[in-house]
Amino acid sequence: MLVALQGGALPPKTLLWGGDAEGGAPFVEADPADASRVRGFDVEVAETIARGLSRRARFVQVQWSSIDQSVERGDFTIGMSGMEDTPARRTRHAVTVPYFEFREVLAVRPEDADRWRSLADLRGRRVATLGATMAYDLLLAANLTAISYDDDVHPYSDLVAGRVDAVLLDHIIAERALRRSSPPNPAFVGASPAGVPFVIQPQAVATGYYVGVLAKADSLLRDSVNAVLVAAMRDGTLEQIYRRWNVWDEGQGDLFRRVQGAQGDLFRRVQGAQGKMVGAQHAAPLQIQAYLPSLARAALITLLLSFVSMGIAVIVGLVLATARVYGGTVTRALATVYVEVVRGTPLLLQLFVIYYGLAGVVRLPAFLAAVLALGLNYAAYEAEIYRGALEAVAAAQLEAARTLGFSETQILRLVRGPQALRYALAPMTNDFVALLKDSSLVSVITVVELTKQTAIYATNSGSWIVPGLLCAVVYLAMSLPLAHLARRFERRWSTP
Amino acid sequence: MTALLRITDLGVRYGARDVLRGLSLEVRRGEIVALMGPSGVGKSTALRAIAALQSFSSGRIEVDGFALEPGPVPPQSRLTPLRRQVGLVFQAHALFEHLSAKANVTLALRHVLGKTEAEADTVARDLLDSLDVGARAEAWPRQLSGGEAQRVAIARALALDPALLLLDEPTAALDSTRRGALSATLRSLATGDAGRGLLIATHDAEFVRGTADRVVTLAP
Repeated sequence: MLVALQGGALPPKTLLWGGDAEGGAPFVEADPADASRVRGFDVEVAETIARGLSRRARFVQVQWSSIDQSVERGDFTIGMSGMEDTPARRTRHAVTVPYFEFREVLAVRPEDADRWRSLADLRGRRVATLGATMAYDLLLAANLTAISYDDDVHPYSDLVAGRVDAVLLDHIIAERALRRSSPPNPAFVGASPAGVPFVIQPQAVATGYYVGVLAKADSLLRDSVNAVLVAAMRDGTLEQIYRRWNVWDEGQGDLFRRVQGAQGDLFRRVQGAQGKMVGAQHAAPLQIQAYLPSLARAALITLLLSFVSMGIAVIVGLVLATARVYGGTVTRALATVYVEVVRGTPLLLQLFVIYYGLAGVVRLPAFLAAVLALGLNYAAYEAEIYRGALEAVAAAQLEAARTLGFSETQILRLVRGPQALRYALAPMTNDFVALLKDSSLVSVITVVELTKQTAIYATNSGSWIVPGLLCAVVYLAMSLPLAHLARRFERRWSTP
Repeated sequence: MTALLRITDLGVRYGARDVLRGLSLEVRRGEIVALMGPSGVGKSTALRAIAALQSFSSGRIEVDGFALEPGPVPPQSRLTPLRRQVGLVFQAHALFEHLSAKANVTLALRHVLGKTEAEADTVARDLLDSLDVGARAEAWPRQLSGGEAQRVAIARALALDPALLLLDEPTAALDSTRRGALSATLRSLATGDAGRGLLIATHDAEFVRGTADRVVTLAP
């Protein structure tokens, strides 16, 4: 199976293809026998394409949500890692013919299997999925509460834990999650040892296709890739690959026939075959107007998250600073350990520990976990600011207060605290602005705040320019007034 | 007349170094006593020990019947009788920088003596007027001259109406005119109705000659 390159250019020896090994099997995963290599059906499809182009496939690791942007940047030639065929992607990139048909399927807890069979049954319920996917858009179009995840493991563990009511994802992912949990996996907190942790509804919500994504300028090369793929469908190469990875089903055979039959006028007819939905229509690419309400909501979540977290940080920080300045040996040591441990470990890790690590003890809602993680993390930094500010108040001021008969508590409240507050105000403002931006990290535990919503919008629209600018403007609109307010306080509280 | 302050053989040691050794003195009501000696001889240390701001290693301090013994400074809660009897004016004044001149004076009146805002205001204004800084009541500490800041610091120290007033190098930042005015002010504090005792740590011999009733000299 060798296809001549169209365009006549001398081909390089290597075909760089991009994918995300974090997505795991059966798409792309690190080879257990040799972690420097990858394996999976997408890997084999990419190798088939490379062979057909007389090249050698070389894998480039890239975050799944960045594949579109990376391929246009020229980081690699073709992106293949369960890349969904969407109208937006077809408009912005050169996409190949579909090479795999997937079904969007609902997973629910066994006790809910009879009542929640379709999206319509889930109105008002929390449905988990991956952000920036066709499934996410389907949930938005159905006016459901879409809980966005960055990975495809935690949606199912949270389903079993009762944090979400259903999961909508590709059938390959759902079946893999079910396999992983049987025998019951400790990650699925709450699963009955005897029973299945969740069930996959047999009726697909929608059907979609995986495609290869090339840069818009590589449309000639894309046509060559299409020819390789069609040939691989015809000679059974793709079927063998899919059977090896246990992802072959009759739907793939139907897809292959449609694609091969469409060869005469490949694009028009294949695209006619694409987008076939069962029970729901795939949402059209959402334009800026459609995303504005989501962005506004996400901005509000960012603000609320930041204010509540900062409130916690200030209160806990004050307690810690007071303990470090006034406490006995043990109290001081405990406060110091807290500050050093929290400052010395990544906020991301703390988010995971509070949300997922504690799930066996207490199942915190995502927003509460986010607020706690941010608040407790920033408390360590606030504590150091307050301690420094308290210690910056001249010792003579404290002695003067003592000679006047004030108790130590009164000295803190009436003399030391008010003066320390002035010293602390500027760094506190700085921290608050930093927290406002760090709040974007909480998207890893499903809280869709401004940056996450922007990323979803950017992925959907295929460009970061408009979403990025819009996001930056909103962040500035939130942070600049804060800085202005802080300067006013500083002026008001400053003595001549 | 019974001594308001009696110090017997006071010694302060930092590690192996004696910073004050064998100080004995008495101050009676209505009397101004100057504690003199070259820099570093322990004058300020003696005032700080009397005000229970630092520990001492030997001797005894007695203020109107309240005794301080060698060892760690007692907790603030056990020093209330002493705090009501002893006021201290720091060399650098140590005014509360976040409060106006008047608020520096009213703070202890309100939060230590429990006076109302109006009562505290009246006392503070009277004190500031008597020290000739009433016009600067609303000024911030940084807006005050050295002499004004010192008089506000004296007013603050007098807010609790102490019987004994300690002053650390009160003439350090004053010109000769202001020294004269300060001398008159201190004399009036000692001889007024309250009849306070004053202990002044200074190395300003000229000021001492025109102000003090007695001089105690610390040898290096």
